[in-house]
Amino acid sequence: MKIMDKADPDPFVSAPDATRLHTASDSVGLVTPKLAHFDTPLQLKCGRSLPNFTLIYETYGTLNETKSNALLICHALSGNHHAAGYHQPTDSKPGWWDTFIGPGKPIDTTRYFVVALNNLGGCHGSTGPNQVNPETQKPWGPHFPIVTVEDWVHAQAWLADHLGIDCFAAIVGGSMGGMQALQWSISYPQRLRHAIIIASAAKLSAQNIAFNEIARQAILSDPEFHNGHYYAHNCHPRRGLILARMLGHVTYLSDHAMRLKFGRELKSGALQFDYSADFQVESYLRYQGEVFSEHFDANTYLLMTKALDYYDPAASTQNDLATALAPAQCRFLIVSFTSDWRFAPERSREISNALVAAGKCTSHVEIEAPQGHDAFLLKVPRYMDVVGTYLRRVADEH
Amino acid sequence: MSIETTSIETTNNETTSIETSSKPVPHEALSDTTLTNNTTVSSPNSDENILSRPDLMLIERWIQPDARVLDLGCGNGLLLHHLMTHKNSHCYGLEINPNKITACLARGVSVIEQDLNAGLGNFRQNQFDTVIMSQTIQAVQYPASLLEEMLHIGRTGIVSFPNFGHWRIRLHLALGGRMPISESLPYEWHNTPNIHLCTLGDFENLCRQLRFRILDKHVVDIHYTSRPWHNLLPNVFGEFALYHITRN
Repeated sequence: MKIMDKADPDPFVSAPDATRLHTASDSVGLVTPKLAHFDTPLQLKCGRSLPNFTLIYETYGTLNETKSNALLICHALSGNHHAAGYHQPTDSKPGWWDTFIGPGKPIDTTRYFVVALNNLGGCHGSTGPNQVNPETQKPWGPHFPIVTVEDWVHAQAWLADHLGIDCFAAIVGGSMGGMQALQWSISYPQRLRHAIIIASAAKLSAQNIAFNEIARQAILSDPEFHNGHYYAHNCHPRRGLILARMLGHVTYLSDHAMRLKFGRELKSGALQFDYSADFQVESYLRYQGEVFSEHFDANTYLLMTKALDYYDPAASTQNDLATALAPAQCRFLIVSFTSDWRFAPERSREISNALVAAGKCTSHVEIEAPQGHDAFLLKVPRYMDVVGTYLRRVADEH
Repeated sequence: MSIETTSIETTNNETTSIETSSKPVPHEALSDTTLTNNTTVSSPNSDENILSRPDLMLIERWIQPDARVLDLGCGNGLLLHHLMTHKNSHCYGLEINPNKITACLARGVSVIEQDLNAGLGNFRQNQFDTVIMSQTIQAVQYPASLLEEMLHIGRTGIVSFPNFGHWRIRLHLALGGRMPISESLPYEWHNTPNIHLCTLGDFENLCRQLRFRILDKHVVDIHYTSRPWHNLLPNVFGEFALYHITRN
């Protein structure tokens, strides 16, 4: 099913001149992903284990002699290892967090050795549902174990071992990535000096889990899902994935941002009196869903949303987050955005309150931004200034 | 409402924001036209140093080594940074001014963006050894409840404020019949952020009502210098007061 008219260009994404973008002085330039293979079984929280696995990752900048300038980027739901730069000179878009990563940018690659990976269970090159299970020689599909934030952190620690990094100067993540940074401080307190947790939460609210459940149901009820074995049927539950993304996308924007961006603007100037996309906002969501469904795997989407839902480090400490955070030794920077209702500022406030109660060094900055949850990926001046200032200080420490 | 901090800024970009500063700025150059005399002028480019801040030096004396400290309206983090490095204090500051928050981050001071008018309910009882409120109390909406919260989450409190009972202010109102404007209180009645001004007598009376004990106090002039006559008639001659308080 193609729910977007073929003739539709995306009116909301400008097409930049794609020939020389990678040569900009503040770009990390052309980058090549690398693979790390691990042959030791990884015990997972669900009780199962992965006998071996592969992580795909990219690095930017140079690891210094004392290996003290490493910075790990943890990605969010739809992110991956390609955080900055370009794979090809002809790429029209850089990595997903290129606004933040590069020479002179808040995550300054002239000072930091930046590591970005695709998490276990992802669909962009790390071991996940769309990869072949060596035992069966078939795609893992729905048999891929449900991995958790804790499992991701363990796998990331193995990647750090592989790269010879004992201790990260900082671990940075937005949204689901923030959960990973938080978990690092609990699981490996000796292995990071700073955690930067952006637009995140220590656990999802019922409302947040509800959105994830609707997204999952959209995928699970797609006739092309085939109980997750769609690879064998040579198809993909695109409609489900499109719906899931459309729903997600609405929750990443604020009411205000949508009004500003679309208002009630009509696509063709007049109501059509049918079920085509009358309004620009409809066209936009359909387009975003389409694009997303072309490069994302439905099983990975299911898995990532489950990992989000399950995360709750305080569950094992009588719901007292301060107790759960007691092992942490790093310093924290918590950043939230005023108009973010998917990961509301109150959720960040819960983290910072617990950190203060636990006596941890923490700062919490609440950025006035109208863009909603999406703000964490955007060029919000104060946000960039805060993260840049903090990381300059961290870089000066060693 | 926005509560600015007490800090006396010496960086270029912040000395220009006098009009938005909600605190009396006792010994910094104020180019504001409401000022009738501008005596002490310190260079805006001079290096920030605790030694140039006698008010902070006075506060420091009351902080025990290794103390857990919360500063309500911590400004650019000058005091907290000093306490961290000289007294091994474990510090947090609350602040809402974005530039000052960034200044704290640049110093490595833990700062939390939080409006004091929303209260301190997010902190736990006795979480701090000392809670500081320097040149802030006169600008908050509910001073009494904030004081109570201060001494709920902290064992002791340090409060400083401009004395509205100073003789020049009394004279200004008595003879001029107009709301006083002075070096320490440079605003007109309609644009002042200082909505809850009090005298030393008022403050001590409130402490009695709230069952607080005054451990110590400093009554000083605008340069934070103490003179013999300040102790003789503090509520008449003192321009600023600093109180060290605790629960009874």
